[in-house]
Order: sequence, then C-alpha cells, then structure tokens
Amino acid sequence: MSVALASRATPRWTAGLGGLLLQRLFQAGLVAWMVGTLTFVLTRSLPGDMAYRIAAGRYGHDMVNTSAAEAVRTELALDQPALGAYFGWLWDLVQFDLGRSLVSGEPVMAELWHQLGHSLGLAAMAVLLSLLLGPPLGLIAGLKPNGWLDRVSEVAASVLRALPPFAVGLLLILIFSVSLGWLPAAGHGRGAHGVLPALTLALALAAISSRVARNAMADVSQSAYYAFSRTKGLNERLSFLRHGLRNAAVPVVAYLGVQFVYLIEGVMVVETLFAWPGIGHALVHAIVARDVPMIQGTALVMGLMFVALNTVVDLLCHWLDPRRRI
Amino acid sequence: MTTLTLHATRRWLPALSPRQGLGAVLLALLLAFAWLVPWLFDADPARQQMTRILQLPSLAEPLGTDHLGRSLLARLAAAVQLSFGMALLSVASAAIPGVILGVMAGWRGGWLDRVLGSLADACLALPGLLLVLLLVAIAPGNFWALYVGISLVLWIEYFRVVRARTRILVASPQLEASRLLGFGPLALFRRHLWPELAPQVLTLAAFGAASAILAMAALGFVSVGLRPPTAELGLMMIELLPYYHEAPWAMAQPILVLFVLVLSLNLLAGRDPR
Repeated sequence: MSVALASRATPRWTAGLGGLLLQRLFQAGLVAWMVGTLTFVLTRSLPGDMAYRIAAGRYGHDMVNTSAAEAVRTELALDQPALGAYFGWLWDLVQFDLGRSLVSGEPVMAELWHQLGHSLGLAAMAVLLSLLLGPPLGLIAGLKPNGWLDRVSEVAASVLRALPPFAVGLLLILIFSVSLGWLPAAGHGRGAHGVLPALTLALALAAISSRVARNAMADVSQSAYYAFSRTKGLNERLSFLRHGLRNAAVPVVAYLGVQFVYLIEGVMVVETLFAWPGIGHALVHAIVARDVPMIQGTALVMGLMFVALNTVVDLLCHWLDPRRRI
Repeated sequence: MTTLTLHATRRWLPALSPRQGLGAVLLALLLAFAWLVPWLFDADPARQQMTRILQLPSLAEPLGTDHLGRSLLARLAAAVQLSFGMALLSVASAAIPGVILGVMAGWRGGWLDRVLGSLADACLALPGLLLVLLLVAIAPGNFWALYVGISLVLWIEYFRVVRARTRILVASPQLEASRLLGFGPLALFRRHLWPELAPQVLTLAAFGAASAILAMAALGFVSVGLRPPTAELGLMMIELLPYYHEAPWAMAQPILVLFVLVLSLNLLAGRDPR
C-alpha cells in the first residue's frame, strides 16, 4: 500500500490511519479492564457483610432480612472465591452485561443510554461555545503579540485557570440566577437550563484554547512563510486565510485532546452542581449510594467517551496536517 | 572549570521572573496565614457555637463564623494546611519515582522503556479525576485513597518529560566524554542530567500541586471526597452554599482562598512546558 501511495505528491488523508485506530481500540480495551477491575475490588472491599450492606442500600435499612441478603449474594456472586468471581465479572463486561442498578432496579444499560444523551448534549454545547470564545480571541491576540488584547486575555485566562469549574459555576449561578434572575440555577427541561452549565465548562476550555491559539498564531505570524505571503502582495485577510489559519489550527485541535480530560472531569462536577441528569451526575450519585453496577457502567461510559473524543481529535489532526500521514 | 561549576550551581536556584516572584509572595503569605493562625489565635476548626452562627467578621472572630458557629478563620487555616500538605505529599511521591523511572527508561531504552511506557499509557487511559474517584469509591472519605489516586495520576507527567529529555541528554558528547573518563551513573546523573532536568521538574511540581489541590476540592465539593467535619475547601463551599443569602461573605472566603492558592502555584510554575 505504501508503494502505491509513494508515487503521489501527498498521500491520501486516510494513509497511516489503521495503526492510529488500532492504538485507540487498545486504549478502549484498557479502560474497560481498569474500570472492571477497580469496581470488582470495590465490591470485594466493602466493609462488613457485603450482601447485607448492598441489600440495605437497595431496600432501605429497615427492610433487610436474610433472604434479601442471600438474593444479593447470588446475584453478585459474592459467595464464590475471588479469582473465579473476577473472571466471571470481566466476562460479563465483555458481553456488555452490566447488570441492574442496585438502587432503581432498572438495567444499567437502559439508564446509561438515557444519561449519555444528556451528557453528550452538554459536552457538545460546551465545546461549541468554547470554540466560539477561545480560538478566535487567541488568533486575534496572536496577530499582535503583546498588544492590549493579548495582555487582557492573558490575565483573564490566568484567572479562569485558577478557578475550578465548580467555583466558576457557582459564581455564574450567583450572578445570573440569584442576583439577576435571568437564567434558572439548576435542573433540566427547557433550553435555558443548559446555558449556565455549558457556559461554565466552555469558559474553562476557552481559557486554555485561547492561549494555545494565541501562541500558535504568534509563531505563524512571525514565520518566514507568513512574512513572504505579505511581501508577495497578499493583503492581511488573504494571507491569514490562506497561510495562517490552517497552520495555527493544528496545535489548537491537537490540544483539544488534552482539553477533553478537563471536559470529562468538568462534566462530572458541573453536572452535579447543576443537577443535570447526565453520566457524571449519575456516577457521583452511584458512589454516594454505593451502587456498584452503576459505578461500573458510568465510569466505563465516561472512559470510553474520553477515548472516542480523542479518536475524533486524532482524525481531525490527520486530516488537517499532511505531515502526519507518512 | 570553576565558571562551569558556578553555572551548574546557579541552575539549582533559578532566578524568578516577576510573574514567578508574585506567585512566590502570594504562596508565602497564604502559608504564613495557615501556620500562624493556630499559633496566634485560640482557634479550633471543629468547635461549634450554636448561639453564634453566621456572624459577621468581628474582633473576636476576624473572618466571621459558619452555619454551625465554627470559626472561619480557624477552618480556613486548617483547610489550607490540609490542601497544601496533601499537594506536597502527592507531588513528592509522584516526582521521585517519576524522575527515577524516567531517567532509567530514557537511559537504558529497550524492554524497560517499553514496559514503563505502557504502564504510563495505562494510567493515562482514564481521565485523571475518574481514576481518583474510583479509588476513593473503594475507601470513601479516606485521605490515603485520595493521596494514592492523585499521585498515581501525577507521576506520569514527570516520567514522560524526564524520559524524553534524558534520551537526548544521554546521547550528548559531554556525557559521553564523562563516561569515558570513568564516572559512574550516579555522578553522571548529578553532573549532566539533573541540572538540565531540574527547572522542568520544578515547573511540573508547581502545576502538579495546583492540580492536586483542585482535585481534592472538586471531590469535596461533590461530597465524595473527605467527609465532614473536616475543614476542606471544596467541602466548606458546598456546606456554606445554602446560606448564601444570609452570609455571602462566608461562602466567598473558601472560593477566594482556593483561587489565590491555585493562582500562586500557577504563577510560580511559569510557562507551561507542554
């Protein structure tokens, strides 16, 4: 295949993609194994008789009796030796059999589908909003490094980076819902409910992406090829569009991959703060309620979401930057 | 030879830029606050006084009291001690193995490099906070689970940066020359590697401390981290949130302290090495 491609001037953008995807597939498998193992350790390490404790979590402390505990014991294979139970646990995971929630009794899969939609919606809104805020600001600032816009946006980014997403969310709630009364503080339903959580995440993301875009643009605007595009007679707009934008986009998109760590972590905290019915909210609640199947399911989905988003970034970088296709 | 030695020793204490200077001053002030308050005031972060809840700052209580009548001054000082102590501990236990393993992997290469590299990749497969959260779920409210989780996430950055740098340095002519003169690995490390690595490791340490503090506060905030009545910044925020209308100043305090703490560390770190 490489021989056939070598004759062309630039390889097709799909060249060399197989290895990349294989790597991400491996990472997805690793995520599943780690989540499975950690949650298995979790079930085994609950103090006291696990069956009674889980039964108490499921039916309430007053309703626990031996038969309920025994039912839990067989369901979770708590009566079997650890090693066999571990492989059984992983085998269920491979078959995507995630069991039932200990709190609601619904299949975990069904709950996850429901929550995943909400989380993806929030994440998409946040990323979109951050892309509208951060990179354009950074690109303009990078065209004139050390100008006033550059200075102001640097200070703003430093302040936002020192504030964790939940503190930003808290401040936004206090300003826009409590003081001004413009937007609902928490909950889910109308479109207005999504504004504050999405904005909270977007501000954190934009604080970083604006600086990355600024540095990338500053590099490009001081490069020889950019100076040449100006001397050969292109005006500022054309040299920016033809020689600036795509070159500056590569680091910004590549850095999105790093930012998705912040996004996933942020989703966990911000959903809890705004009572947004997504995966992160469910994970935190499952941990508080010690609902092991739900912990496993939600952690698994969040981990896989992380891998999937990174794969998208890989594909985008591959498409944007021909140097990666060799 | 003497000038060379001078040059090498100067790298141990790099000159601070104005940004870093500001960060160092802010951090020093906060730490002085945290360790002087218990000394100067009769301050117990757990003592409740139900007759004096949500009081405005006064002479007796310079920062006011919270919803259980506990002294906010004492609680903030205890929270900063806890956050900073935790950050220091996890950074130390991430940086030391991270640097050692990074140097080994970069120097020896081969199977050792591959094994350690895939170990680091495995730790990176999950987003950091998710890994910490799962470990904390195993032992809820436990300081040590939090510490192990955060260190496990942090060591990778040291490992990767040090490994990449070591690979280049090991191939350098000056190190080759010293090796031919018969110096042992330890001497080579001290003479050639560490002076080059130290500034980057220190920058990573400051960033790592900031992210450790943020992770702990985030988990406290969603009530899966440390448990009440521990004085912890994230926990204090969520506890004081319902009293926002009566006591906005009380809720603003932990947010402000967390902000200054993280900002000072970020400033001290200087430029992002990534």
